[in-house]
This record gives sequence, C-alpha cells and structure tokens, in this order.
Amino acid sequence: MDKHNIILIAHGQFESGFLSEIAEEVALEYNCSVAVQESQLDLMNFYEPTRRQYDGYKLLKEIDGMNIAGYTKKIGLFRVDLFIPILTYIFGQAFFKGNSGIASLYRLKNEQYGMKPDQDLLFHRFRKVIIHEIGHTFGLIHCHVPNCVMRSSTYVEDIDQKRHHLCCNCRSIIAVNEE
Amino acid sequence: MSKNISILIVDDEESVRDSLYNWFIEDGYRVECAGNAKEALSIIESREFDIVLADIKMPGMDGLEMHRRIKAQNKETIVIVMTAFASVDTAVQALKDGAYDYITKPFDPDDLSHLVRNAAKQITLKAENEALRNKMNELENVEDIVGKSEGMLKVLKEVKSVAQSNSSVIISGESGTGKELIARAIHFNSPRRYFPLVSVHCGALTESLLESELFGHEKGAFTGAMYNRKGRFEMADGGTIFLDEIATISAKTQVELLRVLESKSFIRVGGNKEISSDFRVICATNKDLKKMVENGTFREDLFYRLNVVNINIPPLRERVEDIPMLMNHFIIKYCTAMSRDMVTIEPAALKRLEEFEFPGNVRELENMIERAIVIGNGKEIRLADLPMGKDIIYSSVESLDDLEKKYILQILNKYDWNITRSAKALKVDRVTLYNKIKKYDLSTGKS
Repeated sequence: MDKHNIILIAHGQFESGFLSEIAEEVALEYNCSVAVQESQLDLMNFYEPTRRQYDGYKLLKEIDGMNIAGYTKKIGLFRVDLFIPILTYIFGQAFFKGNSGIASLYRLKNEQYGMKPDQDLLFHRFRKVIIHEIGHTFGLIHCHVPNCVMRSSTYVEDIDQKRHHLCCNCRSIIAVNEE
Repeated sequence: MSKNISILIVDDEESVRDSLYNWFIEDGYRVECAGNAKEALSIIESREFDIVLADIKMPGMDGLEMHRRIKAQNKETIVIVMTAFASVDTAVQALKDGAYDYITKPFDPDDLSHLVRNAAKQITLKAENEALRNKMNELENVEDIVGKSEGMLKVLKEVKSVAQSNSSVIISGESGTGKELIARAIHFNSPRRYFPLVSVHCGALTESLLESELFGHEKGAFTGAMYNRKGRFEMADGGTIFLDEIATISAKTQVELLRVLESKSFIRVGGNKEISSDFRVICATNKDLKKMVENGTFREDLFYRLNVVNINIPPLRERVEDIPMLMNHFIIKYCTAMSRDMVTIEPAALKRLEEFEFPGNVRELENMIERAIVIGNGKEIRLADLPMGKDIIYSSVESLDDLEKKYILQILNKYDWNITRSAKALKVDRVTLYNKIKKYDLSTGKS
C-alpha cells in the first residue's frame, strides 16, 4: 500500500494535534503516507434547510472533484451533521473502490447523546470512522468480524465495540486488490 | 450471504439511487439501478433479481403498477417499496398486493439494514429449504432404479402418473426385479411422502403373526402380548402400506384385509375399539394373481380391490440394454461402500453378463458384482471373477432354487464338504449352510 498517499482535508476547526495524531494512526494502519490539509469550503452550499443537515453525497462529490496533486486518496473531514437522501444521518461515506471519502465527528460526540464530553473517546471514534471509509476506497465491504474496523456501524456504540484495525481477512483482500 | 443476493434499485432521483447503490455495495450486495419503472422492467426481463427496492412515486408508471408486473413475471422476487411519509396509504396498498415491506424516506440506517438483511435471510432460507427438499426427494425417489430400456421407462412413467393418485397398486414381476424400489418411488413421489411408508413382508409371517403385525394387539390378547402394540395399518396413517408377497396371505387374512380396505378401519387383536387409519395400499407379488383367482386360491373381490393399477416390471433378460448401466451403478455402490478404487470390467466379462439370462434378475446381478469386487484383483472385473465364468451352467428354465442348489453343491465339493470353509466361501453361517443342505437334500455322493 506504500504506493498510496492519503490526504485528510479538514473543513472547520479541529483541536490542535487532533488530526495529526489521526493521520499517524491512519498511516500505520494502511502503511502509507498521510498528510493533513485545511480547506475553506463554503458549507452553506451543501446545507439542506428542511433537514437542517449537510448533504453528504454532494460533499463527497465535491471532495472527489478536488484536484490535489500527489495524493491518491482524499478524505474530507467535517464537524457538521451529514445526511444522504435516503438516510437520517451518516458518520461518513466513501466511493467504493474509489479515491474519495468523507467523515464527520458531529454524531460521534458524547454531547449529542446527553453525556459528558470525552475528547479521548471522540478521537478513537473519529479515527475508526476515517479508517473505515478509507477501507471502502480500497474495495473493502462491511466485515462480519465483530471487532474489525470494517464492521458496519449504525450507532456510536457500534463504533465503540470495534477496534481501529483491519482484520486479517480485510487486510488480505486489500493485498489482493492492490496486486 | 450478501454476496449472492442481487438488488435492483428503482428511483427517479439520482441522488437516492446513488446513495442506495453505495450503501448496498458497501454491504457486499450485487446492485444495479434503474431510473424509472420501464427501465427496471426491461432490466428484470433480462436478469433475475432477488430484491427490488422501488420508489412508489415515479413519473410514468408508478411503483405499485411496476410491483404488480414484477410479481406477474416472477412471484419469488421480494419487492420493498420506498415512500415518503405522506404516502403511507399507498405503501399499505402495496403490502396488500404482496410487497414484502415498505420503508419511509429518509430511513434510519438500522431499519434499512435490518429490512434488507431479513429479506436476504428469507431468500437464503428458501433456497436452502428447496435444496434440502430436492435432496430428500432425490434420495428417496428413483436413484436406485437404474435403466433406460423401453420397459423401465414405461414403468417409471407409470410410477409418475400413479404416484399423484390415491389408488391401490399391484406391482408384479419376477423375484429380484426391484418391486420394493418401485413401491418406494411411488410413495416418495406422492402427496403422502412426508408420512410413513410401512412395509410388511407377508410371506415371512405366519397367519396369526401377520394378523397381529397388521392390526396390532391389545395387552393380554395372547400369550406373550405384554403390551398394547400398534399395527402396521395404524403406523401407516397418512402414508402408505406396502404389502410384499401378497399372494402368500391366507384365506382368513384375505377376508380381513378386504374389510380393512373397504372401511379403512379395524380392531386390534384382542381389542374392541374400532381404529381408523388413512393409508394407501401398494402390493407386490411374483405370482400371477389372476391365475390364483381362477384357481380359487385368491379372493376375486380382494384382487379387484387391490388391482386398480398394475405395474409390471420386466425381467432383466428382457432389458439387456440396462445391464451395463446397472453394473456401473453397483460397481460405484460397492466400491464406495468398501472404500475401494473404482474397478472397470473386462470386455469378455461384460459380454458374458449381457448374454446371461439372470433368473435372479437385478438382485442376482448385484450379488455377482459385489462378489466380483470382493474376490477380484481390485482393478477390473474379469470373466473368472464371475460365477458363470467358471463351471456353473445356467439355464433360463431353471428356478432360483435349482441354481442355488447347484452352486452350493459345487462349493461343497470344491472344499471337500468342509462345512466351515464352504460356508465362508458362500458367505453364510454354518447353520444356514446345514439348513440348505437339508432343504436341498444334498449329499456327498460317497457311500
């Protein structure tokens, strides 16, 4: 996988060091270089007033259309509430076997569920969502191994149940896809 | 599981199609999309889909009409309709028309996953169930009935047509032609196949034992009747009773049998309560029942009660073309059972088998092949491995008893009347061999 360069494109303000730590973890998981870049995208163009959410599918297409030289995979990171037309919300999404993905930490925050803020937990959840979406861009489908990061997660509790690593099977699928 | 499930998404909104496509692809399903009902129907005409996820409101043909057409084309397709909250009534109409379920947009991610996962599970279970049913039917039906000759094809055709009815059947044919196999095939192709097939070998039981066996008995009905016991007619309730060697039953049992067949009820030996049972009767005989009726040894009324359908199995000598196929069948059967490599057959041995009259029919051929595999070289069946490859001379007019007598005598002479060695060679125990010697009145010929 070292032939890949991944860029995490941050939209909105993230705590200092938060994204660089995640970039390191992603780099370790996929054995490739990962950079972080800030972007000034006007998110109002993606706001859907009737749902009071941001259209994740349009954002994904926007990220996909960005021309950033030197990177094979682009992942947009957001702090806003994302939806796609069919679903009430999403944590993230990606083009399957494509080059782009998005992830938001909005629904990963404890505060959303009436609990005390927990920065560590937020970091772990966000890291898992990002690694999960990148997995889809490498052609991984949802995995049935309970603690594999590619296991489908509907609720934050589901995210908490899994590890931030790929299982052996998913790893070997990537290896085969990359050959 | 999901990899084998195909989904067709039908929605006029591109963003909805793309979102759903992406969602299901990530779950590992095979997904295709259509922008309207017309396009969807043309895709469905060329390929089958397990699940169709269709929007109700679409320009042109709406989802409900499309759903009806899909169902008319393939009843098995699971259709899930998608609707906005405002059109739940329409979704309810779709359910009445046979849609699997409906889901209102936007969906909770968990609802969508659950819905499709359950539908996929239903498809998988249905396929498994069908496969198991087929396997069960295959196992019990006709795999042991081997033959492509005109005579056997006629028999199989008769089995197929008679199986669906409830009529009594008499299967006639020489000993060893496979009458019980035909009876099993009729039962396991009939609507009664999920109920028991109960076999009774009438020839093996005395009159009183047969009576108790067929009708059951109450505790204390006779000496040794320590418990109530169900009879075979009672056990066959819902299913089929197979009466083998029907020609051997006594005049008294014939009367009782006739009464049971007419009333479908009976009383246990020593009992006083009438018991009803719903069974079908299949009989088998190697005798000419019609001739027995003429001779007065078999009741005419019982004969006509039983002989609604008559299936006659041709003897093996009349269907020589089935011999190679039967032989291969038995080679596979016994080599597998004995965990041996498959053997071939020497052309001379095959020719000899095809020329042979087989008075013992398929059973005799089966025994010959089994024996040849046991004593053979493990590679091929040679002429020398077949009993008729040696000195035994068979004649088509000889009975099975005559042949047995000759063969036993030959083996006895070969081993100088050493009973242990002869019994071993014949694969019977010593008592059986003594009984045979007594039965055929065999002697050494030495004074």
